[in-house]
Amino acid sequence: MRTVALTICLAATWLLLSGHYDPLLLSLGAASCVLVAWIAWRMDVVDHEGFPIHLSWQAVLYWPWLIFEIIKSNIDVALVILRPSMPISPTVLTVKTTQGSELGQVIYANSITLTPGTVSLRVYDDKIDVHALTKAGADGIAAGEMDRRVTLMDASGAKTGGKSGGRGG
Amino acid sequence: MEGQILQIVAWVFLGVGAVFSLIGGIGLIRLPDFYTRMHAAGMTDTLGAGGILIGLMFLSGFNLVTAKLIFILLFIFFTSPTSSHSVAKAAMGAGFKPLLQRRD
Repeated sequence: MRTVALTICLAATWLLLSGHYDPLLLSLGAASCVLVAWIAWRMDVVDHEGFPIHLSWQAVLYWPWLIFEIIKSNIDVALVILRPSMPISPTVLTVKTTQGSELGQVIYANSITLTPGTVSLRVYDDKIDVHALTKAGADGIAAGEMDRRVTLMDASGAKTGGKSGGRGG
Repeated sequence: MEGQILQIVAWVFLGVGAVFSLIGGIGLIRLPDFYTRMHAAGMTDTLGAGGILIGLMFLSGFNLVTAKLIFILLFIFFTSPTSSHSVAKAAMGAGFKPLLQRRD
């Protein structure tokens, strides 16, 4: 099932990137899509981690929120850097993650890193070490709003058949 | 007329991207240690690169080039935190201690 979806995604990517629509190139493109999907299926990487299609709907809600957060923290960090006194207060803190799967934890860690002002240093068990540029940024992460949203997205995926074997690695 | 508005929007985005890239560069110089400098670098590859790419999308109009620019943006958004994290983790692994609570 996922392999079919992967083939469709590959074909869409191919069509968007190539811009050539004569029969020969179309059939070559179709052949390469099927070949890649078949290889991925043979390698057994078309699972909930390699191709997390189950996240799609919640991710649509999560992305705008994340982009808004990124813009906000970009402005915060820019102001801190530009102020002559440069009021930074670098902080390292450990936050607990509540995601059910490794994929969810990775999404959370990546979201932390993607927002300027916070970088995830280490991911282990159900914790993430975060380095924050300012105390305010550290408090923002510690408040756990992002954690809650990622967990929501991850859990919605688990319901539709994603999560089992999530600790496989 | 419509073309003009598109041009203006495009240049606003390009300007925002350029400004944030510049501030990121200034931050790289001003901030005191490795870990804090990573935050400045994070700024250039989110709003910096994002603003410039979105500005280019408006400039290109709606065609295959736009699709390619969207792909670039998505790839940057997926790969840059991964690479930032691995750099930070390597620094931690090498025993490089972050500077904490410095105020001056």
